[in-house]
Amino acid sequence: MAELRAPSPPRRHLLSIADLTTDDAQRLLETAESLAASLDREMKKLPTLRGRTVVNLFYESSTRTLSSFELAAKRLSADTMSLRSSGSSVDKGESLKDTALTLAAYEPDVIVVRHPSIGAAQLVARLTDAHVVNAGDGKHQHPTQALLDLYAIKGALGRLEGVRVAIVGDVLHSRVARSLVQALRLVGAEAVLVGPPTLVPRTLAALGCEVSHDLSAIADADVVYVLRMQHERMGEAFVPSLREYTALYGITPARVREGQVVMHPGPMNRGIEIDPRVADSVQALVTDQVRAGLVVRMAVLYDVLTVAPVTAPAQAVMA
Amino acid sequence: MLFARNGRSDSLTLEGRVLAPAQGIDETLRVTVADGVISAIEPGTQHGHVITPAFVDPHVHLRTPGREDEETVRSGTEAAAAGGYCAILAMPNTEPVVDTASVLAALVEQARQDAVVPTGFMAAISKGQLGDELTEMAELAAEGAAAFTDDGRPVVSAGLMRRALQYSAVAKRPLALHCEEPSLSRGGHAHDGAVAAQLGLGPYPSTAESVMVERDLSLAAAEERAIHLMHLSARESVTALDHALASGLRATGEVTPHHLVLTDEAVRSLDPNVKMNPPLRSADDRAALRDALRRGAVSCIATDHAPHARQEKEVPFEEAPFGVTGLETAFAALYTHLVLPGELTLETVVERMSAGPARAFGLDEPRIEVGARANLAVLDLDAEWTVTEDGFRSLSANSWLLGETLRGRVVKTIADGRLVHEA
Repeated sequence: MAELRAPSPPRRHLLSIADLTTDDAQRLLETAESLAASLDREMKKLPTLRGRTVVNLFYESSTRTLSSFELAAKRLSADTMSLRSSGSSVDKGESLKDTALTLAAYEPDVIVVRHPSIGAAQLVARLTDAHVVNAGDGKHQHPTQALLDLYAIKGALGRLEGVRVAIVGDVLHSRVARSLVQALRLVGAEAVLVGPPTLVPRTLAALGCEVSHDLSAIADADVVYVLRMQHERMGEAFVPSLREYTALYGITPARVREGQVVMHPGPMNRGIEIDPRVADSVQALVTDQVRAGLVVRMAVLYDVLTVAPVTAPAQAVMA
Repeated sequence: MLFARNGRSDSLTLEGRVLAPAQGIDETLRVTVADGVISAIEPGTQHGHVITPAFVDPHVHLRTPGREDEETVRSGTEAAAAGGYCAILAMPNTEPVVDTASVLAALVEQARQDAVVPTGFMAAISKGQLGDELTEMAELAAEGAAAFTDDGRPVVSAGLMRRALQYSAVAKRPLALHCEEPSLSRGGHAHDGAVAAQLGLGPYPSTAESVMVERDLSLAAAEERAIHLMHLSARESVTALDHALASGLRATGEVTPHHLVLTDEAVRSLDPNVKMNPPLRSADDRAALRDALRRGAVSCIATDHAPHARQEKEVPFEEAPFGVTGLETAFAALYTHLVLPGELTLETVVERMSAGPARAFGLDEPRIEVGARANLAVLDLDAEWTVTEDGFRSLSANSWLLGETLRGRVVKTIADGRLVHEA
């Protein structure tokens, strides 16, 4: 663990990939690589965060993200607890502010927040003294997903610089896509967004990438990154039917070329955005992504906690 | 049409640079007010302060009745006094909606008890602001309604809008329109541009405003009725207004200080205090608004003062309600961000904050002349002050300027002959 680098300048939170520098991204990936080596040992637990407390505050259902944050904290010997909105006082109408302040009273070192509304992690960061890690806020950001995707791409291709990633599907509503495009730019990789104009509008070029409405744009990509097609978008008439979407943009074996890898953040709709034969092929990195999620989240917890403990009084008022 | 607490009339003497752009006055003078009336205007020597006609705000949410925790007639008019205003018009999107003579009568009575600054009340265009049936406009006008609006929401049905235009001729009051096509703005939290795309915020495109502006201008032209367009935000809306004015339509428009100063870049902070409807737009839209104000195509600056309780804004950006306060900061914000950098002249700002809105709503223009009721704002252009949460007369503090240090302060306000504010 001696080779782990501390962030400079100290970074308190991980709210958005947009807050990171190239150096931050590379340091986090290096840390994750160092931590991965420890997972190969029989004794998987590291004493690094002994005595620290990590609270997971989850307002949305989650399998991968919550389980990997819990396990990441445990592998680093931190005390951890998870609070889901259902079955808690949130059911009784408690505000995010009050729930956050209640948890903050236990003086956790880190609060990991997932919430359906944009700006939730920022709010918790303003209201508490804890280091806040954004585990997804609405359609805005999911920074640990983007970092684990970088890690998985590097693991599969051996490099990140110059890698071309085609992100296919419902980019408009995807915090995963937004975070990933920004993360790819940080490490010298490039992205092209592919999908119908209603789900991949022109304005998304502002993310700093190409935009295409034609699936042929995936041909020269090293990575085909498939996004979940959300059924509820149908009611909002973003696409005329799932059938037509699949016909135009579904990732089938015939549409993937040899040498390309395929990624998906899960949960998958087999047979809609991704053909099951592709999902189960050797080209698919889906389980690599899950494995990467554990070490990357360990790296993130380590990273935010290597800064000096915060002693400033609570920022009770909104900035 | 304006109602205020009956009180004394004051006598005082003011001296400074008198700036009344609508009257072509800009010289150092001594203004004597006796029993609330300007009794003498003589050459003066002290020119430390600027004396202007007091301001008129055609767009204020007093949240009364229903949300007196956010604002009352008293607190809102005290805020107006602190901002240099001698008249304000309050919006009817309250709980209950101001859509019957009895609700309006109660408000008028309250203003007679509590309003520090003369206050007019707009009544709803449609019952409950539901967009289905017209309110009893004639009766509401007789009870004192200053104008009609469904502000807070648009009149969705073009058919009802047409009838409202026709019928408002009976009430002899203007229509003030909140232009928003809901099928385009639904789910929208920020301008449909790079910032919304990057942050993932639901897009609220300029067209959501401009197609409704175009529709309403077209209906108004066909019915030969005047309309007032509220809180314009998009270049396309200004273009539509320009065309209508060129073809002879009597239309007026207003812009807010926040749309004149900020762009959607401010939304990157995800601070709920930069969330408003219509949303902050691009630098190009902002340039069009400034230009329209300079040219006079848009003749009013309106605050769209929209108080919200603290707990309603202490939520994630996406969940926060639209709206920011503005009465107490409007002049200083515009002076600091537009006049000092040379974007707008002080004359333009003063004219669009006083004579412009008064004319648009048929109110008496605040004038600096012997025999006129005194409606004066005294400004200290050198004063610096910091906007803080505990510095407001308003009951709410959801200002987009919190923490900012501004130049220019209203040091005295005389409204309808009474000294209502002294800093």
